[in-house]
Amino acid sequence: MTSIKKNIPLIDQHDKNGLWGGKFGGNFIPETLKKPVEDLNNLFEKLRKDKNFIKERDYYFKNWVGAPTPLIKLENLTNHLGGAQIWAKVVSEANGGAHKIYNATVHCLIAKRAGKKYIVGDTGAGYAGKMLSMAAKKFGLKCKIFMGAKDIKRQRPNVESIRKNGATIVPVTSGSQTLVDAVSECMRYWVSNCDTAHMCVGSTVGPNIFVKICGYSTTQISRELLKQIEYEFGEVPKKLKLINCVGGGSSAYGFWSKFMDFSKKQVEMIGVEAAGPKDSKLHAAPLSRGGKLGILHGAASYICQDRDGQIKETESISAGLDYPGVSPLHCFLKDTGKARYTSETDEAALKAYKLVTKFENLNPSLEPSHAFATAIREAVKYSRDTVIIVNSCGDAQKDKDILKKRLRKLK
Amino acid sequence: MSLSPISLAFKKCREMGRPALLTFTVAGDNTKKKSLDILKSISENADILEIGFPHNTPIGDGGQIQTSSYRSIKNGFKVRDIFQIVRKYRKIKNSKPIILMGYYNMIFQYGENKFLTQCKKSGINGIIVVDLPWPENKIFAKKCKKKKISFIQLLSPTTSKVRIKKIMKDSHDMCYYISMLSTTGGKLKISPKKILENYNKIKKTNKSKNLVIGFGITNKTISSLKSADGLVVGSQLCKEITKSIKKRQNPVTNLNKMVLNLKRRIS
Ligand SMILES: Cc1ncc(COP(=O)(O)O)c(C=O)c1O
Repeated sequence: MTSIKKNIPLIDQHDKNGLWGGKFGGNFIPETLKKPVEDLNNLFEKLRKDKNFIKERDYYFKNWVGAPTPLIKLENLTNHLGGAQIWAKVVSEANGGAHKIYNATVHCLIAKRAGKKYIVGDTGAGYAGKMLSMAAKKFGLKCKIFMGAKDIKRQRPNVESIRKNGATIVPVTSGSQTLVDAVSECMRYWVSNCDTAHMCVGSTVGPNIFVKICGYSTTQISRELLKQIEYEFGEVPKKLKLINCVGGGSSAYGFWSKFMDFSKKQVEMIGVEAAGPKDSKLHAAPLSRGGKLGILHGAASYICQDRDGQIKETESISAGLDYPGVSPLHCFLKDTGKARYTSETDEAALKAYKLVTKFENLNPSLEPSHAFATAIREAVKYSRDTVIIVNSCGDAQKDKDILKKRLRKLK
Repeated sequence: MSLSPISLAFKKCREMGRPALLTFTVAGDNTKKKSLDILKSISENADILEIGFPHNTPIGDGGQIQTSSYRSIKNGFKVRDIFQIVRKYRKIKNSKPIILMGYYNMIFQYGENKFLTQCKKSGINGIIVVDLPWPENKIFAKKCKKKKISFIQLLSPTTSKVRIKKIMKDSHDMCYYISMLSTTGGKLKISPKKILENYNKIKKTNKSKNLVIGFGITNKTISSLKSADGLVVGSQLCKEITKSIKKRQNPVTNLNKMVLNLKRRIS
């Protein structure tokens, strides 16, 4: 296993086959997609060196997405727990209510440069779809969103936003009717329409180039965070923990990427996957619950699968984390020991949500509530000189039905 | 050097002045036994049989083949069953060459070497891996060659000229041209004339390779493409299985009729 290099973005530390650590990622795609993927790769490499493109990106991040999103101290929660300081990077303050806006914006800017009129994307929690439809509207692109039928039911507020933005939603009724099926269907659509449509993969998953574009986009989070930390603390604290939920891993990568060169002793990165319902064998935690290396959606990563290589059904209260694979970037971070991964159950996430909202004026969606569960668990082990920052990457508006129902039962 | 069973099948068809007819059905659809019976029955009129190993996340397949795959998995299909099906099929008189088609994760989980040993033992002649394009497939293709199994390279309308040359150079005795930008089972959205134009460009780079066309071919379109070396029909057969089950008819006899009909249209 190759080790992580300093001073080079992790998204660029792959070999000529597109593999990180010699085995994660790559391009396991049908022949038809080889050319569109190569074209996209060339265009992206050109654009990221183009000063005008970067200017444009930063302009929209600042004036449309709303950068920087706040870094706030959760004083009451910290005092209640009596351990480490807990802070939140409130990424949910970004336009639309989640980090998915960065990837969506960059993809639309690229699609425009590529001369494409159509853009298609997948969504689980509905945020990736909502943001893509918002950005598509903003930049004058026609948009189609693939979403599992089960997710359409459980994330209604985001579905309504997608429709309001004028995008078409394609319900996916195959398999488990969740994110995994939405991504498959979106890729199939792209195979058939790659001459006219641009595809946006909603997280740091999929063929190599999609991992890179998404990671490049969400890196905005840590670019802001590093500055905010220096402002608040004067320097990066001696003991810092960055805790983030991991579905595909786009928010976690973006939250961590500018901290890769710090030692593990100083900056610990903890990824939190979805362990599913307490009494269920099903989960969505390939990194922390023994997923095996395999190929899903064009890339090699740890995957929830059976011995035959069939993708296993997953289960989580959080649609955004309910995915059997994970970014190759996180597989690489796990194997090198650079980051640590754990998981939290549905019930633990709900409890954390309840505690956070009891003490703070913050409304984290079910995805970051998983991260808060781990943060709460960690905080009590340390004292005030340890600083924990949680990426509160989504707003719970979309989860209001689930929360209403489940919190009533929760004692 | 003697010809491989696949090359031999093409040669025979050429001598008869018609393209080879390749069928595609999914292993274990709708049961292991039925899918074996289907193979036995359609091999009366088909020249080469492709069988798919069903995957539950197939990014290159349209509705018909997905339905067949999910049905097979639901009925308990395991990867090892495919070897059993082929071994049993091989026991019939006049069995036809068999090509496995599937996704790389199944091979990867089984282990490349072990998988190929099993293929050899059960009498599989060729392999198509949908999501292992060139050059990613170089090492695996070499392993196939060592075992005298044809690794079948795919080419598509998006494959550049330079790439076509490189792929053809690394190819074995058969290659597969994807007729249009589509998953399997799509409607033919470009004219047969245009498809054959693209086809001929590839064919010209190396006339000795058997080049087949697949995707979107049905009994309605097959005759317009008959100047190719071979033609693959898949989704229409899978759809017929679905229909037969719904109507409580025997898919074996229905598929036999359909394949006979297809053959008549290109003879
Ligand atoms: C708010 C929120 N957080 C996290 C995720 C998980 O995705 P990722 O791990 O790529 O950040 C999603 C996905 O939909 C989401 O909407």
